[in-house]
Amino acid sequence: MLTRNMKITFGALMLVILAMFMLPDFMPAVHASEAAAAEATSAAAPASAAASDAAAEPVANAITFPPAPKLTEADYPTIPGVNARVMVWLVAQLHLWFGAFVVAVPMFVFIIEVIGMVTRDERYDNMAYEFIKVSITAYSLTAILGGLLSFGLILFYPDLFKYLAMIFKESMFAYALLFFAESAVLYIYYYGWHWLQGGNKKWIHLTFGLLLNAVGLQLMFLANAWTTFMMSPAAVDAAGVFNGNTWEAIHNFLWNPINIHRVVANVAYGGSVVGAYAAFKFLSAQKKEERAHYDWVGYNANFIAISALLPLPFAGYYLTAEMYAYSQQMGITLMGGVFAWIFIIQAVLIGALFLSANYYLWCGMGRSDGAYRYNPRIKYIAAVLVLAFLVWFTPHTLVLTNSELKDLGGPYHQILGVFGIMPAKNTAVNFLLTFTFLSFVFYRRANKVATVSWAAAGNAAQIALFTVGLINIVILGVYYGYFTNTVYKVAASIPQVLTTLTIIITSLVIDAFMYKGAKDVAPLHWGRMPARSQYALFLLAVSFTWLMGLMGYVRSGIRQHWHVSNIFRDGSPDAFTPGLGYAASVVSVGTIIFMAMVIFVFWLSTISGKHVVAKGYWKEQA
Amino acid sequence: MKNFFKTAFFSLLVISGFWGFSNFGIPQIKPAPPPVEEKLDLGAMTMDQFIALGGKIFNGKGTCTLCHNAMGRAPMLDKVGANAEERMKDARYKGEAKTVQEYIHESLVKPSAYVVAGFGKSGSNDTESPMPDVSGGGIGLNEAELAAVIAYLQDSSGSEVTVEIPQMDAAPAEGAAPVEEAALKTPEEVIVKYGCGMCHKVADQVGALGPDLTKVGKSKSKDYLRQAILDPEAVIAQGFTGGMMPPTFGEQMKAKELEMLVNYMAGLK
Ligand code: HEC
Ligand code: HEC
Ligand code: HEM
Repeated sequence: MLTRNMKITFGALMLVILAMFMLPDFMPAVHASEAAAAEATSAAAPASAAASDAAAEPVANAITFPPAPKLTEADYPTIPGVNARVMVWLVAQLHLWFGAFVVAVPMFVFIIEVIGMVTRDERYDNMAYEFIKVSITAYSLTAILGGLLSFGLILFYPDLFKYLAMIFKESMFAYALLFFAESAVLYIYYYGWHWLQGGNKKWIHLTFGLLLNAVGLQLMFLANAWTTFMMSPAAVDAAGVFNGNTWEAIHNFLWNPINIHRVVANVAYGGSVVGAYAAFKFLSAQKKEERAHYDWVGYNANFIAISALLPLPFAGYYLTAEMYAYSQQMGITLMGGVFAWIFIIQAVLIGALFLSANYYLWCGMGRSDGAYRYNPRIKYIAAVLVLAFLVWFTPHTLVLTNSELKDLGGPYHQILGVFGIMPAKNTAVNFLLTFTFLSFVFYRRANKVATVSWAAAGNAAQIALFTVGLINIVILGVYYGYFTNTVYKVAASIPQVLTTLTIIITSLVIDAFMYKGAKDVAPLHWGRMPARSQYALFLLAVSFTWLMGLMGYVRSGIRQHWHVSNIFRDGSPDAFTPGLGYAASVVSVGTIIFMAMVIFVFWLSTISGKHVVAKGYWKEQA
Repeated sequence: MKNFFKTAFFSLLVISGFWGFSNFGIPQIKPAPPPVEEKLDLGAMTMDQFIALGGKIFNGKGTCTLCHNAMGRAPMLDKVGANAEERMKDARYKGEAKTVQEYIHESLVKPSAYVVAGFGKSGSNDTESPMPDVSGGGIGLNEAELAAVIAYLQDSSGSEVTVEIPQMDAAPAEGAAPVEEAALKTPEEVIVKYGCGMCHKVADQVGALGPDLTKVGKSKSKDYLRQAILDPEAVIAQGFTGGMMPPTFGEQMKAKELEMLVNYMAGLK
């Protein structure tokens, strides 16, 4: 059943990756040329953008919209002793954290439920139910925080809110409708869980699950439209006059790149939070069966987190490349200026994510009696991971100095400069991914003995596959990175990624055949886990939360002193971009508040199962 | 409960680790404050001052050096004058410029009229420039500022400066009647208003065309400083040439402002 679990999740994963690469081809309306047109401020630009957007619906010309207001400090209401920006920042971030969690949970709850139905293993069904139970309270908190966010914007940034509301009037209405639909579907899905069981009823229940995901994702995409509009405005001219085409404003240049990055990141994030939940339950469990159960839940949560973690760097690079394509200025602000250091911190955090997820896998090998065969190799994986992490983490800004650039043989590519300085880092990332995958392969094999006759050959083939693949990644990195002229540096990342994917897919295929009908060494000892392994799950969840907060700061920070990039200027006293240390403080406070609220949510889900019989309290009924 | 405290403590530890690293593990860079609209008095400017102003915009508000620097994000502009002649003859040229000055102006407001080979947006095959129109949106230079930048580029690329200082008031006084302005309150305000920082290192401004004034009070008396402002040509500071510093401050400044400034500078030791 593990294999099945894996196959299905990986299938979904590969689809996501595929979709990621295909999406740009299906986006006729949003192309570099139009972004340029939107950016250009000549009077002709909006006309040409509209003309080339064949899909644009006819726009009612009768209504003319006002331009973006020019604000002064006096236009921003203040409340003595309240820092408006920090308030809105924290509330928005908390809303995003909870939102990410409640969007993600139904996705894997659905998958787990399907696995349960296919394998007829009730444990899956129970686990899925437990997860959705946790997300119910989180859902209302999300809504409350969303309300607070709107309130904060109306209170402290009324003109900005008015302007955005003018452009997104229709979609805000749709948002409200979707929100009600989401609530309804979620409640049916949750409260109907035990009612809609077995046979056709299960199918009905699954349909609700699918519906829940569809509505949830649409909800998120709509919200993303407002964020991305502020970064890469569309459907407005240079003065901010709206042309009336809401879809164009939603479907702005960075919308899809962020949609993709967020969907993948949210799944990984949801997995990590649920993992922390299981870890806590594991640590506090009194009974052996309970420990076994929560060990198993934690394992699955970590599995979800890792699966989504693997494609995330690619989604991230895609997002960055799109930012460059949208505006070189924005791209350089992101990767070259103050924010360059952010990516050092980001690398530390992501390193923490990968190392803790791997560490947890290695500890998990203790569940198997056959693991001793693989244990000696773990230290090499650990060494490679640490090394790859160090490479990823250092050269970023160092390479930015002029002398280093000369050593590298000249300046890097102008537009995708990110990638230009990236060959070393890309190589490291691909190593990180490949070896994380290797950890996983070892983990799976720990408890199995292949019975097929060609097992030895298969093994050799896999070793060859990894070796050749890794050498290929290194050669690509070194050759393209240091010995070709600048333009080709960009090119290295694609074949490297393809190599990594090839290793993963081919190896999975070989494994699937080789371990068909394999013997188990002994039943897995669920619950035989050291306590410290559970702290790895905590590390995962905390790092993830903090990382999200940090990236939220980056996302908004690259707009600099603009509410809406280059169109609607921030005239408030807080228009300046805060420094990194300050942002780190806000993010840390936010993370602590979030953790406290999450503990509250988890606690609620435990008390709902508690029954106290208060003897003699109630009047005896005659 | 014990586990609760243990995990909470662990989580707090992790958070403070990240916080500490972000605060102490990496250099703290303060992002530049948002640019402010400066009032320029073009009427009193010499061409050298105007070029200096262009240089200041090029390195500051214009954000040109974000891309036009040694890292190859955009072509270097040290030969832009000579190059312009070539560019205008190129078959790929789509603009209407006839002169170097017009070419540079066009490069600034319609960057895609000619895209230097190899620098176009990816996938556009050098038909679209990644450079923004610097007169609009995010950078928003006005005509006078554009002219100053062009003058600077012509000068620094060794070609003849053909730009004329616009005679109009660059930032037309808002509100018609010339209202008598109240005197400024601090010496820093005076320095900002009269643009001393364009040429001097003083009060967190970092101009480099004139002498460093951060320790000027050490060797110069108040009388000397007063004279240096009212009549810059009277004594030319060592290592510098005359004719650069505007001679008009005496007419523009209020007596109170002048004295405040002199006292301030005399105290810089
Ligand atoms: C976002 C990056 C960016 C910024 C900011 C930028 N430029 Fe450019 N610039 C470019 C690129 C890339 C090119 C080459 C493509 C082209 O010819 O349009 C270029 C071309 C030019 C050219 C034409 C060069 C030639 O040889 O034909 C001039 C002149 C110029 N820029 C001046 C400026 C000035 C002045 C500023 C500041 C007010 C500025 N640029 C800001 C990216 C930028
Ligand atoms: C356009 C550039 C420019 C501006 C604007 C300018 N200066 Fe100067 N300043 C110079 C140059 C060049 C010199 C050196 C030549 C000279 O002594 O005239 C100088 C010299 C001086 C000196 C004499 C220093 C010495 O060591 O002898 C003082 C004092 C001074 N400036 C003050 C100011 C003040 C105060 C302002 C603003 C109200 C100002 N300057 C604005 C260019 C400038
Ligand atoms: C393993 C690698 C990565 C992980 C784990 C990761 C994780 C995350 C997470 C959790 C978020 C928040 C998503 C949300 O708000 O819903 C995020 C957002 C973001 N990430 Fe990544 N990311 C990775 C790679 C990258 C890379 C390589 C870049 C670019 C260099 C990048 C740039 C961004 C940006 C700009 C945002 C803000 C956009 C937004 O608000 O959604 N990421 N990332």
